This record gives sequence, C-alpha cells and structure tokens, in this order.
Amino acid sequence: MNADGAAWEQRSVARVVSPVQPRKLAKVPFVELADGRLQGVVSSGSDIARVYVSSITAGTHAFNCSTNNNRPCGGLYGSPCKHLQALAGEAVLQYGLDQVARYLHVEVGDGADLMSCLNGRHEPTPGAMVFSRFLRHLSYLELPGTTGPIAEMHWFPATGAIR
Amino acid sequence: MLGVQLAELLDGVPPGVGEALDLVTGFDDALVHGFARLSEERATALTSLAGALSATPLGGRVGEAAGKLAAGSVAEEHLTALAGGRAALFGAVHDALLARLDAVLGRVRVSWEEPPATPAPAADNLLSGCRSWLGELAITGWRGVDHDLVSASSQTIEALLPEPGLRRLAVLLDGLAAELRASCPVATVERLPARRWADLWTRALLLSQAGGLPGASESAGVVSGRLLILGVDVHEHGTAVQMQVHGILEPADGTPSRLVRTSVAAAKVDTIVGPALWRLLDGYPALLGALAGHRGLDVTDLPLLGSGDLVWHDDRARVGEPVDPFATARLQLAGALAAAVPPLDRHPVRIAEPVLVEGYRATADGTLDLGGGTLTVDVDRLPACGPLTPKLVASSSACIGLVRWDGGRWLLQPLAVQTTVKRQTVEVHTGDWALGPTDPKVVKAEARAGDAVAVLRERAGRLLRR
Repeated sequence: MNADGAAWEQRSVARVVSPVQPRKLAKVPFVELADGRLQGVVSSGSDIARVYVSSITAGTHAFNCSTNNNRPCGGLYGSPCKHLQALAGEAVLQYGLDQVARYLHVEVGDGADLMSCLNGRHEPTPGAMVFSRFLRHLSYLELPGTTGPIAEMHWFPATGAIR
Repeated sequence: MLGVQLAELLDGVPPGVGEALDLVTGFDDALVHGFARLSEERATALTSLAGALSATPLGGRVGEAAGKLAAGSVAEEHLTALAGGRAALFGAVHDALLARLDAVLGRVRVSWEEPPATPAPAADNLLSGCRSWLGELAITGWRGVDHDLVSASSQTIEALLPEPGLRRLAVLLDGLAAELRASCPVATVERLPARRWADLWTRALLLSQAGGLPGASESAGVVSGRLLILGVDVHEHGTAVQMQVHGILEPADGTPSRLVRTSVAAAKVDTIVGPALWRLLDGYPALLGALAGHRGLDVTDLPLLGSGDLVWHDDRARVGEPVDPFATARLQLAGALAAAVPPLDRHPVRIAEPVLVEGYRATADGTLDLGGGTLTVDVDRLPACGPLTPKLVASSSACIGLVRWDGGRWLLQPLAVQTTVKRQTVEVHTGDWALGPTDPKVVKAEARAGDAVAVLRERAGRLLRR
C-alpha cells in the first residue's frame, strides 16, 4: 500500500492473519499451531477409518503420536514416526518454515530440515483434545450455506491474487 | 467515472468527518487498554464522544455511560450505549461520504423505509453469551487478551454457527476471535489494528442485542426480471467465504432498473483457499454459471430487501443470453436506481459503489490517472480465486470496480478490466473461474494439490457421525 492515507492502526480493513498456503490435504488433513503445540491429524495409510493424532510441544519439543482411540502409534521407537515427519512437513508448507520454527522455539539453519533440528523425547499427551478440534474443524463443512447478505464480511476482503 | 468527477470526489473531506474520526480514535484507544482502569485522558476521550452526541436521542444514555465508566463502574448497558454512540458517529461519516459520492456520480438513491418488524431468531441465551464475552474483552482491553479469554468464545460461536438467522454474528465473532488468537498474547504485539478491532467489537455488540439482527426476509417484496452482472466482490476469512455479486436488475414490470447485490456464502476452513473456494458454492450452479460465462440471469420471485440485496434462490433463476458486463456498465450504470443502506449497516466499510472507469493512464505503483486526479487501486483486494492480478490492472484500459473508502481516502477495488494481450482486447473478471480455473497453469497446480473440499468432505463423512 502507498504511504499516504492514515496509519495502519486507523484502517478498518487491515490484514491481521495471513491466509495459509494451499497444500495437499489427503495425507495430513489438519495442522495447527495451537495450545503451545504443533499438532494435527494424519490419515492412516492402511485403514481408511483410522487417523493418527500427532503433536510436537513448543520449547521442549516433546512429541507424541497415537490413534484417535488413544492407542500409541507403533512407529514410535524413541524417535518421531512417519506421521510426525509428515505433520512437520505439511506444517512447513502451510505456514512457512519461519513461522513454524518460531512457534516451536527452534533454530533451523539454512537448508536444514525442521525435524532434524528438534531434540525432544517421546512424552504421552492426550490426543483426544486435538481430535475433537479436528472434528470441530470438519463440522464447518457440514454447515448449510446462506444467501442473506452478511454485511460484516466487508471487513474481510479476499486477498492474495497471484503477483 | 470521469476525471472531473474524480477531481470533485477528491476535493477535500466532507465537513465534520475528521472531527468524528478523532472522537472514534479516542474511544478505540480506550478499548486498547480496557475500560477497567481508564486513565484520565481516556476517560476524557469517552466524555468527548458523549458530548458530540449530546443533542441526539442517544445523548443521555451515552453521557451517562461515559460518566459511569470514568467513575470505574462497568455495566453491560453502558458498554452497549457507548457502542451505539461509536456506531452513530460512523453512521454519520458513512452518510456524508456516500452523499458526496452519489452527488459526484449523479447517482439517485432511494431513501430507507423501515420494514415491518419480523420475529428475529429467538436465541436469548446465545446472545447474552456473546454480550458477556464482548464485555470481558472491553473490560480487559486488547492489550490484556490472552489464549484463555479468546477460547472463552468458542462454545458460544459453535452454538451460533448452525442457526442461519444468527450466521452474521457467528461469522463476525469467529473472524474476530481468529485474529485475536493469532495475536496472542496481545500484550507483546508491536502494533494493534485498533480501529479494526473496535469496529468488529462494536458491530458484534450491536448485533447481539435482542432485535439487533434482522428477522427473516419473508416480509420483503419479491421481484422478477433480468439480472445483468457487473462483477463479483469476494469476502473471505479462515472459516467463511461470501461471493457478493453486483448487478443491475431490469424488473419485468417495467419499473426503472435498479442497482442490486446478491450474496451466497459458505462456511469453510482455512486450508480451503484460492480457486477451490468456488467448489464450496456448487449448490448455486445458475449464479456460478452466469459469472463464469458472462451471461445474464432471468429471475422469478426473488425477495428484494430494502438494502438492495436480492436474496438468492438458485432454483428461481435461469441462465440467459451472453451479456458483456462492460456493455452493462456503459449503458445502464449511470441511470440505475441505487438502494438505501440499512441504518445499522452504515459504516464506511460498506461503501462499495460500482463504477466504470476508462480513459486513464495506469501506473505500475497501482494508481489510475484520470486527468482530473489519481485514484489508488486497492490491489490487496484482488482475490486469489480469480484471474485478475495487479499486473493486469496496471496494463488495463478500462475497469469496472467498486469505489471504497478506508483509512481516510478513496480507493478503487477492481472487479474486471479490459486489457490488450497479444494485440487483442481481452476482458478479465474476478468471477471468471467460478466453474473452475481457465488458465492451464492454474488448472495444473490445482490438479497437483488435489481437491481440498472433496478430501475434507470425505473425512467429515467418515469421522463425524460415529
């Protein structure tokens, strides 16, 4: 934007949340930076009705992965399983490496891989909360559409045309 | 819009606008720090706001509220009164700006008629839940907002969302909560969108009053005729998208053509972005088909609200003949009758008046020089779900856009441009991809990424009902 006009603080329309980058959702349908963790849901490669809940805690980098029925993931042998690797990879696509690294409090050198820079240990954390947040996330897609004008959406313009 | 019209529009600010905005800025600053511990300076700002309204019907209540807050007592009714006062100031600013724009464009606008009262959705518990969260925010101030305070809104918003009559409020609160969450802890954030958050807070508090939301549209009159599309304005946050189509309705009864808007909206999640947004709206094939194919729509018995909003029913519309939006704009825009703005919607952010601009010199830094003055293009408002880019605007020779006002200046939001590609004149519209991208590069990228909407709908179908 140009420098003229009032300060950013005095604009009604100012971008506060950057839109996330598009990514394939098939393997990792849900990723978020919330509750002090990078957490999300990874679809099982073998059972279509099973998902894994994976998380990495900011600061300590403690990690966990379990099924939605709270059974520990069989791939966790003291080191992150393939679900955690997938979660981290998709988080970097969605939010960008800088934002994820900042959230987790980790230094990632030039060209380095996020997961190889973490030094946490496996620590069981309840996955039920993350799973219910995922279900709530999905429930948005079940809401009926509306055709009454939502005047409030004028505060939320779509942005981001390819530059 | 011609150069001389633009010159007139840009010639100074309507009287009183600067003073009104200064009062709002004082209020917004108080909200940054919270009403629980008002400094003397901020208490004075509230008193000044009340003083400006003293001769109005709101005067007594706002004055009392400012006094009580200055004395350290915060009650819901006082917050409501102050929100009403702030909204009234912005209403006056809106009216002054829109009157100036109408005068410059020669646009005739009908005056507002209050529709007969209709029963608003009964949701006393939910509305009081909203009010108490908004009250907590005001007492705490933006600077004091933490994760716990943001999360306190979750249950209420979750309960509001399924009720279509409360969707406006739900979508607004969800958007505000997401911004607060992303900024937590707010105490450490360098600069705050003070005006914006106060706007959202004010509107939410007014909508969550009993009777604050309009009732069902059944009482509105219905119209039939031909809808000629000018363009589509895309609104989006993490969990909502709205396509607002601007057009001209030629009523079948032979009454004068009207400027109308019609909107379709869907709930979504943050990972559905770009051209995939259109797939959420696949329940409106006629509207999307008309946008993508640049066609008119023959509509029958659509409710038309006093605000100029057609309430869309896709099954009452038939896709008609090809109609060039630029031809519609050239032939019909100047003479079409504009609709009134509902009193509660009067805020400058709602000013979105369609205009045709041509014969300008576009510059790379995003301005259009019309001879009489330069108009700044709001390139941030070009949506990723369509093909219109800042580069195309910069090389364009004609533009259909919405005139907007924010941050103390007039802006143009392009909806369509005419430009020259390989010595051929082409048109590019924000709605061109309503039935899917037409640019092979974008089609390929979309195919690589897979269908986000389908993936999530499958997951929802499998996991939600167990």
